[in-house]
Amino acid sequence: MSKQKIVVVGNGMVGHKFIDNMIQHEAADQYDVITFSEEPRLAYDRVQLSSYFAGATADDLMLTSEGYYQESGVSYVLNDKVVEIKSDENKVVTASGREEAYDKLVLATGSFPFVPPIPGKDQPHCLVYRTIEDLEDITASAKQSKVGVVVGGGLLGLEAANALQNLGLQVHVVEFAPRLMAVQLDEGGGDLLRKKISSLGVQIHTEKNTKEIIDGEECRYRMNFADGSFLETDMILFSAGIRPQDELARQFNIEIGERGGIVVNNFCETSVKDIYAVGECALWNGRIFGLVAPGYTMAKVAASHISGGSEEFTGADMSTKLKLLGVDVASIGDAQGRTPGCLSYVYQDGVADVYKRIIVSEDRTKLLGAVLVGDVEAYGTLQQMCVLGMDLPESPEALILPSVDGGGGAVMGVDALPDAASICSCHDVSKGQICCAVQDGAMTIGDIKSATKAGTGCGGCVALATQVMNSELTKLGVEVNTDLCEHFAHTRQELYHIVRVEKIKSFDDLIEKHGKGLGCDICKPAAASILASCWNDYVLKDEHAGLQDTNDHFMANMQKNGTYSVVPRVAGGEITPDKLIALGQVAKTYNLYTKITGGQRIDLFGAQQHELPLIWKELIDAGFETGHAYGKSLRTVKSCVGSTWCRYGVLDSVGMAIRLEDRYKGLRAPHKIKFGVSGCTRECAEAQSKDVGVIATEHGWSLYLCGNGGMKPRHADLFATGLDDETLITYIDRFLMFYVRTGDRLQRTSVWMDNLDGGLDYLKQVVIDDKLNVCAELESEMAQVVGTYQCEWKTTIEDPEKLKRFRTFVNSDEKDNTVVFVEERSQIRPATDEELVRFVESTESEMA
Amino acid sequence: MSNTNDYSWASVCESADVPSMVGVRALLNGEQVAIFRIKGQLYAVSAIDPFTKMAVLARGIVGDLKGKVVVASPIYKQHFVLEDGSCLEDETVSIKTYPIRESNGKIELAIAEAIAA
Ligand SMILES: Cc1cc2nc3c(=O)[nH]c(=O)nc-3n(C[C@H](O)[C@H](O)[C@H](O)COP(=O)(O)OP(=O)(O)OC[C@H]3O[C@@H](n4cnc5c(N)ncnc54)[C@H](O)[C@@H]3O)c2cc1C
Repeated sequence: MSKQKIVVVGNGMVGHKFIDNMIQHEAADQYDVITFSEEPRLAYDRVQLSSYFAGATADDLMLTSEGYYQESGVSYVLNDKVVEIKSDENKVVTASGREEAYDKLVLATGSFPFVPPIPGKDQPHCLVYRTIEDLEDITASAKQSKVGVVVGGGLLGLEAANALQNLGLQVHVVEFAPRLMAVQLDEGGGDLLRKKISSLGVQIHTEKNTKEIIDGEECRYRMNFADGSFLETDMILFSAGIRPQDELARQFNIEIGERGGIVVNNFCETSVKDIYAVGECALWNGRIFGLVAPGYTMAKVAASHISGGSEEFTGADMSTKLKLLGVDVASIGDAQGRTPGCLSYVYQDGVADVYKRIIVSEDRTKLLGAVLVGDVEAYGTLQQMCVLGMDLPESPEALILPSVDGGGGAVMGVDALPDAASICSCHDVSKGQICCAVQDGAMTIGDIKSATKAGTGCGGCVALATQVMNSELTKLGVEVNTDLCEHFAHTRQELYHIVRVEKIKSFDDLIEKHGKGLGCDICKPAAASILASCWNDYVLKDEHAGLQDTNDHFMANMQKNGTYSVVPRVAGGEITPDKLIALGQVAKTYNLYTKITGGQRIDLFGAQQHELPLIWKELIDAGFETGHAYGKSLRTVKSCVGSTWCRYGVLDSVGMAIRLEDRYKGLRAPHKIKFGVSGCTRECAEAQSKDVGVIATEHGWSLYLCGNGGMKPRHADLFATGLDDETLITYIDRFLMFYVRTGDRLQRTSVWMDNLDGGLDYLKQVVIDDKLNVCAELESEMAQVVGTYQCEWKTTIEDPEKLKRFRTFVNSDEKDNTVVFVEERSQIRPATDEELVRFVESTESEMA
Repeated sequence: MSNTNDYSWASVCESADVPSMVGVRALLNGEQVAIFRIKGQLYAVSAIDPFTKMAVLARGIVGDLKGKVVVASPIYKQHFVLEDGSCLEDETVSIKTYPIRESNGKIELAIAEAIAA
């Protein structure tokens, strides 16, 4: 079959996105793509256009390059406008006379600035704001001007006003409507914006209808308004809205809307066979989308449809948030309150110049829209509530009222995630898909796994997926089963209390008294972790060994091919040259792949189980101890070099990091725990993305809690400031033990905090004010764990009985022959599936 | 396993080599076998996880689910029934099981040829 020829008219933001989608498509080699651009360059970032005035060059703005198109086999013709479509011959003709046949034609012609038909508008210093060439003209004109007028007080107009002001002009904005940003803002919001912008020296003239532009007396031009007033200016920038570039469609009988725009269906097909339209030129459901995101979605839909897919365009959220002349402005949904019967709440702060309004449904259960000026912090939450149609809280006004104690307004857990949020990245499962599975009857995380595959890849998302499931079940009115598993009708917290109170020391005892059956791979590791948090026994003690996940059992991390990686502790990331050499020696002896981890230590990969004790013998002799990289326990305390070396350092961050790592090493918890310590507020240790973050200041340590990087990043909350060493450690002791007590199975501190009733304030009351009267207990529990620390590997290699466990086979000294390595970049790596097949074939043929 | 007497048996290790509730691995004519002792009962299944082709099943956690004694693969956590080798998450997948017995302080597995015969 010969290749399909796809012609793309216009190489703007969306045209390029379409082409990029085709390039990324798995069947990309079945298509020949050619694009025509009227502009002298390939696609650039129009959204960032104004950064050109701040020094960005045309190159900085490019979204692609000629090299990338060439490599990807995409042909392009610049500076050549398509002027004719011969749809009966499936051909287009360009201004230079070139003819190009197509199988599919994609119109991505964007829009053009609307210039009102005012007499005198076509003079040299009357300009528009859309392309890089326009900006060059504006810059040139500004050099010969003192005063500039922007016609149009919408989004783009205000952006243009900002640009002119930066070019040193005295700026006026002339707006036909009674307020600024009339499309997005209500009266109150528009008024405040006007006040703020006026105070920056930009003069605003609303309700002005320009009648004509004539020669000026003091300036180059004079604008005469319908109300008899006038304004003198040296240049005029028209920013009175955009119109879809539908000229081609208009001329060649493709259906267009009454007020312009190329009519498309859900697949972005126009009325004529084989012709698509995407981006700002397309009219869907009677609407034009003047933002780039909906255009990108259309590009994806059209690319999918052409290559046989069935994605559909279903509209787009037009909420916007931006900074205009330094003023934060956001508009969400029905910002004007046009929905019949709607009610609104307004918060206005005339001192701080903040205006917030939410528009809610008649029955006060749903958020319909919002306007925020001056303080847009609530944008994310409000936008999602609006788009997702979520139920409003009891008192909706809390959403826009400032929080008196600084604790933040309406904080939300998984409910705040949009449906499209990706929960399982291994299998690309969204929150929406999990909710659907629940609606289709899934009741347990096991059901979710079989229905959606979520959680069956790396497993890192199981806790999050469970929360999404529970929240959806609650919404459906189903009573959520919080039992740990079929063996225990208790939550992890309840089991923890039972173990503590009844002083239960083994799983057998626990399941006999409080559960049933043999246990499983859910409750056994959970119980092992609880027992370890409480009594800190050696993990391979006979009664505990069978409870451990393979990682805890072999005290190493199992990798995809069944071999293990080994990570000795390097507290605070500080290591002597001798130890570094010893690590290298061990890696060399056992031919291990070595890699520096994100936690400032060194990971040695590719050890078979029988090699682990041999490796550890050498490491322990060299002075290392286990790093617990395998455990749901303290991992690392990352640090910067701090005041000892750094010119900016305020306190000794490495010293504190080592002290903390030594104190909490071996502590078993619901999930892994990471720390960071920075020696000054430059924060080189990235402590605010850790479960426990410590940052040095002139006044002592600042403590941050419950941050996370990784899958669902969370900025840590500032918990306390100005702490001395001892107070810092006391707070961390209490915090960690409170988390160990109350956390769910596999719940990181970040998620725990998001789900903690009362949030940060409550945690402060517990840890600092001892509201629950438990601090003494928490501290003594921690003291017990710290006091009973042992290096599990040291204990193990000293016990011949335990060493037997590490044999690969009980009846042979052979190696596991399913493990095959190949070399890459001078080190080993596991063979891929294809390489394994080849390996088996070659060994078989050798044997034959 | 009523007619276990019909097999010929190979001794693979001492009884003491197979602890309770923790798997071990043995080689039987080049095949990797996972052996478990659960509440006094012995089980032997292929050690190869069919989902990853890696020999990891002896290192999985054992327990019971819905009344069946199972081992969980330590890689992606699918459960295999030790009695018949079936997989709880995917009925199209199963693992091989081996007849096993304890005799005179030794653990013995039935030899493949004998099973075929
Ligand atoms: C200053 C500015 C700021 C903006 N800020 C934002 C923002 O903050 N957020 C946001 O979402 N959006 C913003 N936008 C809008 C955003 O840039 C557009 O939504 C987006 O560029 C639309 O992409 P498009 O491909 O449909 O159109 P365009 O990017 O305009 O591309 C169309 C291209 O087709 C070419 N063309 C037209 N007809 C022909 C023809 N017959 N033959 C050959 N070539 C042709 C045109 O020359 C043009 O290069 C901003 C726009 C401007 C100008």
